[in-house]
Amino acid sequence: MTDERPISWQGLQARTSARIGLPRTGNTISGAAVREFQYAHVRARHAVSTTLDTSRLNLSQPLIEVESRARDREEYVRRPDLGRQLSDSSRESLPHGQYDVVFVIADGLSALAAQQQGPAVLAAMIPLLAGWRIAPLVVAHRARVALGDEIATCMGARCVVMMIGERPGLRCAESMSLYMTWNPQIGMRDSGRNCISNIHGHGGLSAMTAANSLAWLLKMARTRNYSGVNLKDETCTIEQTDQQKILSDKSGK
Amino acid sequence: MSYHAFLGGEKFCFSSLKQVLAYASPYRSGDELAGVAAPDPLQRIGAREALANIPLRTFLNEVPVPYETDEVTRLIIDSHDTAAFAPVAHMTVGDLRDWLLDHETDGATLSALAPGLTAEMVAAVSKIMRNQDLVAVARKITVRTAFRNTQGLPGRMGSRLQPNHPVDSLPGIAASMLDGLLLGVGDAVVGINPASDNMANASDILHMLEGVRVRYDIPIQTCLLTHVTNTLQLMERNVPVDLVFQSISGTQEANAGFGISLSVLSEAYMASQSLGRGTVGTNTMYFETGQGSALSANAHHGMDQQTAEVRAYAVARAFSPLLVNTVVGFIGPEYLYDGRQIIRAGLEDHFCGKLMGLPMGCDVCYTNHAEADQDDMDNLMMLLCTAGINFLIAVPGSDDIMLNYQSLSYHDIQTLRSLFGVRAAPEFEEWLIARELIDAKGRIRVNSPSIFSGMIPSND
Repeated sequence: MTDERPISWQGLQARTSARIGLPRTGNTISGAAVREFQYAHVRARHAVSTTLDTSRLNLSQPLIEVESRARDREEYVRRPDLGRQLSDSSRESLPHGQYDVVFVIADGLSALAAQQQGPAVLAAMIPLLAGWRIAPLVVAHRARVALGDEIATCMGARCVVMMIGERPGLRCAESMSLYMTWNPQIGMRDSGRNCISNIHGHGGLSAMTAANSLAWLLKMARTRNYSGVNLKDETCTIEQTDQQKILSDKSGK
Repeated sequence: MSYHAFLGGEKFCFSSLKQVLAYASPYRSGDELAGVAAPDPLQRIGAREALANIPLRTFLNEVPVPYETDEVTRLIIDSHDTAAFAPVAHMTVGDLRDWLLDHETDGATLSALAPGLTAEMVAAVSKIMRNQDLVAVARKITVRTAFRNTQGLPGRMGSRLQPNHPVDSLPGIAASMLDGLLLGVGDAVVGINPASDNMANASDILHMLEGVRVRYDIPIQTCLLTHVTNTLQLMERNVPVDLVFQSISGTQEANAGFGISLSVLSEAYMASQSLGRGTVGTNTMYFETGQGSALSANAHHGMDQQTAEVRAYAVARAFSPLLVNTVVGFIGPEYLYDGRQIIRAGLEDHFCGKLMGLPMGCDVCYTNHAEADQDDMDNLMMLLCTAGINFLIAVPGSDDIMLNYQSLSYHDIQTLRSLFGVRAAPEFEEWLIARELIDAKGRIRVNSPSIFSGMIPSND
C-alpha cells in the first residue's frame, strides 16, 4: 500500500484515551509507561478502599448516616448480599414519613466519586423538584444499589435515588452513577431501575446534565407510576444497571 | 444419594454428588457467597477423597440439575457418546486423574475421549488435580479450528485484539486496532465489545472492520460481541458478519438470564454457516464464559461455580466454535477474590475446556476491586502458555477503557512469543512477514503507524 498518508501516534492518541503507541524496550513497554500504569492502578485501588467521609461532603443540610450489614470494606467487596441489607441499628435510625423521594449518597466501589459528585448533583437537583416531598438526605456506607430499596421502604418513600460510586477504572477512578427506582421493594429485580452513569470530571457527564436527565426520569416515573426498562425507549441516557453491567458487559447485552 | 469417605479414622458424609463436588472445589469466594463451599479445610479434603472413589458412571445417573427441567442437562446426557466413553467406563474419578497423567495417554487418545466425558466428570477430575496436573494434561491436547486462518496448531498461540472504545468512536476503535496489528496481535479475532446496543452503530463498526480487513488483505476474522439476537438481525441485513458471539452459562435458567436458549444459538449457528465466509475452515461461533455467571443470575441450582462453568462448555461444544474463552477475573472478587483464586480458576477453565474438546482461550484479567495486579496476570499468562492455550486476549497497554478492567497488553503477547517460542497462526504470520512487520528473527519491528494510516476514518 503506497498511498498511505502520514500519521503520528500523537494524532492517533487524540482519537482515544486507550494506551496506544506506548514506547517499547525489547518486546515490552518502557519503564516510565509501566510505572504510570502502576500509579493508575494504585489510585483505582485507593478509590475502592477509601471510606466515605461525610465531613468532605460540605453539605449544609442535616443527614442521616446508615451502614449495610457488611462490617468492613473487605467484607463489602466479598459479600454483595450483605451490602444490600441495612444493619439493625441503621434500620431503626431512619425516620418514617410521607415522602416522594429519598436521595442516598452511597460509597459503592468509589467513595471518592460519591464525595466529589454526590453533593454537586444534589445541589443541581433540588431546584428542579419544586413541590416534591423530599426526605432527609441519607449517606450510606458499604452500600450496594439495592440497599436503597430497604432505605426507601423504612422511610416510606415512593422513590429512591442512589448516588453511588462506580467500579473504578484506570483512566477515571471517581465516576458516579444514579439509580432511580420508583416503588422500590426489597428483593426486586434491577430491571425495575433506571440508571445514569459516567458522572465525573474527566470528560464524563456533568452534574448539571445528570440532574436534568434525572429530573426528566423522575417526572416520567411519577406520571406512569413505574421505573425501569419500560422507560428506556424514551431517553438516550439510560444505561444498564450495575449488576447487569458486571455480568454482561462483555456480551454487550 | 449420599457419599462418604474415611480419613484418619474420621468419617466424612455428603448428602449428594453435587455437595461432594462443591466441597471438593478449591476455596473461592463465589462458592462461599453461594453457601456451597466446604465449611472447613478438613471437609474439603474429605470430599476430595470421596470424589476420587466415585465411579465415572455415577455422573450419568445423578445430575446436578434435573433432566426434566433443564435443557443443558438434557444436552449433556443425550449427547453422551458411549463408545467414546468405553476406555474409561470402568474408572473412578481418582483413576481418571492418574490415567490422564500417564505417559501412554496421548493427545489423540484424549481427543477421542472428549465426547465420552460429561461436563460433571470433567469438573470432578479437575478438583482433585494440582495446578501442574491441569497444565500437564491440557498441554497434551490439540484442538484445531479454522475460519480465515488456522487456530490451535502445536507451537502456535493466537491472540484476540480487543480495541474497545467507551463511546464506540470509529476512529478511536481503529486507532487501537492499528496499534495491535502493528504489534502482531489479532489472528484469533479482532473482537469489539460495543458500548451501545444500537444496531446502526453495530453495522458501522462491522463495516469498518471489514473495510480494514479487505483493504490490507489480512487473514483474520472480525467480530462484534453483541447479543446473538442482534447478530442474527445484522446477518439478515447483509452486514458483514464473520463470527457469531454469545456469552453462555451452564444452566437453562442462567442462559435465560442472558436472553438465550439452545434453540436461538442453533438458529444463529445455522445462519452463520450459510454465509460461507470462512476461507480455510467453517468454525463460525465465538463463546465467552466465566465462573460465577450462574450464581450471579441466581440460577446455579446449588452447584459450585466451577461445575456450572464446565456445563457451559457442554453448551459451547454443541456448536463447533472457532474460539471459546473464559473471562476469568472479569466478574469480580465476590466470585474470585484474589490473584491466587483467579490463577487457579484460569488453569481449571483451560484444562476443562480442552478436555471437553474445545478451542480454549482466556481473557487473563482482573478488576480494580480484586486483590490482584499485573504480576498475577504475568504468572497466569505464562502458565497458560505452558499449558498450550489456543489464544489470549490483549488490549492497548492492558487497560480496557470501556469495560474498566485490566487484561493483557499487546506487548505481553510478544513477550510470550519470545519466551515460549509460540508463533501466530501460520496464515497471519505469513501476512506479518509479507508486510515486513516482523524481522528475520520473528521479532516485531518498531513500526510506524503511517504504514496503515488508511485504517483511520478521517471524516469524523
